[in-house]
Amino acid sequence: MFLTETDIEAIALTLRLATVTTLILFALGTPIAWWLARTRSRWKGPIGAVVALPLVLPPSVLGFYLLVAMGPNGPVGRLTEAFGIGLLPFTFWGLVAGSVFYSLPFMVQPVQNAFESIGDRPLEAAATLRAAPLDRFFSVALPLSLPGFVTAGILTFAHTVGEFGVVLMIGGNIPGVTRVASVQIYDYVEALEYGNAHRLAAVLLVFSFLVLLALYTWKPSGKKQ
Amino acid sequence: MNPFQLSSAPRTPAALILTLFTGLTPLAANADEAQIAVAANFTAPMKAIIASFEEDTDHTVKASYGSTGKLYAQIKNGAPFEALLAADQKRPKLLEEEDKLGVPGTRFTYAIGTLVLWSADADKVEDGPALLKSGDFNKLSIANPKLAPYGEASIETLEALDLKDTIEPKFVMGENIAQTYQFVDTGNADIGFVALSQVMEGGKIIKGSGWVVPSEMHAPIRQDALILESGKDNPAVTELFSYLKGEKAKAIIHDFGYETD
Repeated sequence: MFLTETDIEAIALTLRLATVTTLILFALGTPIAWWLARTRSRWKGPIGAVVALPLVLPPSVLGFYLLVAMGPNGPVGRLTEAFGIGLLPFTFWGLVAGSVFYSLPFMVQPVQNAFESIGDRPLEAAATLRAAPLDRFFSVALPLSLPGFVTAGILTFAHTVGEFGVVLMIGGNIPGVTRVASVQIYDYVEALEYGNAHRLAAVLLVFSFLVLLALYTWKPSGKKQ
Repeated sequence: MNPFQLSSAPRTPAALILTLFTGLTPLAANADEAQIAVAANFTAPMKAIIASFEEDTDHTVKASYGSTGKLYAQIKNGAPFEALLAADQKRPKLLEEEDKLGVPGTRFTYAIGTLVLWSADADKVEDGPALLKSGDFNKLSIANPKLAPYGEASIETLEALDLKDTIEPKFVMGENIAQTYQFVDTGNADIGFVALSQVMEGGKIIKGSGWVVPSEMHAPIRQDALILESGKDNPAVTELFSYLKGEKAKAIIHDFGYETD
């Protein structure tokens, strides 16, 4: 067979992680993007910088701090233990927590750009037609920025699939729980099983290319730019 | 001493610059530099050995530390290392016999690793086997047995105790022994099988608590060293290898909890 059973398991886990992370980030990233796009607060700069941090930080830095923060002596670890969830490292939800932070800018920035490009006028027009703030958001802003959401969703998903450093640091390499495809490839290379490494790596390469190809050739109908 | 009088100095611009720089430090005529690759588990003792070696000779040693698998792949792909101190016997053997990248006959066991069941908590590990049997821990951190000889030895130990299947759901695996230690040190795993050298200094465990696994519970973790082709004519490399076999280095190696032949 082309891929081994553990490869399939790793791929399935990777897709599950990317899906869950993307869904959570839609819910979490949209209000952040909205706020960043509309606010005149002096906190816009600092918050925007925090959101962008994962773009420039090495995953080893993120992973290391996550491991310490989510450990029994870290603030997050104390919190999760107090809530009876236990410790997050070495669990699927620990990876999700790490990925949400790691992929945050890939969700927030495209959505923020989309919100900003709408401008004030459509929302003001809606307001004069007595649309309430929530109504203005859901009936005007959201449909107009749909292309931004599609881009953000695809980028977030693909970026999470490609995650390596953070899962390596907090994952613990547990089959079916935290051993994602990128870590599996690393294992193959270290164990000198280059044939297996090639096959799984090729799958990820083709996947990434197709995702980006779709993104670059896709022409949003609503976008007038 | 005028560095330009070195008759062996190559007359290329790069070598000239190199000579100029090295000429700024007081240097004996026979001082050379060795560039070596060292398995992650041997980091602490190697740093001590290098300090001692550099003091006793005029040579300098530049060491890169990493997992043996990664170092092996780098060497096969042209990394400029002149010797490898591996965590196992397999890869030095491959380099010497199959890849023809090593100097034949220079391979020897420089250290025999000792496994310890360790916790960052000073009271956690008193009776190792009893603790493993009781299951009174959240996770057991081990090095990936596919990649690391310490991981293999951990599995053998659990099999000797007839506990492997019961404990397996609690495994978390580090990619190498350094990461395995990190999982335990940060408290995310209550206990883990790490290299004794990681928690030992001056012949005793300096933090947390541990149970030294008796060597008969697993196959010996023999760590082999090999001089690579590019280091064949470098006196710093050959002298470092004889130094590693000498009493002074052996004392350091024992201090960090390794055995020697």
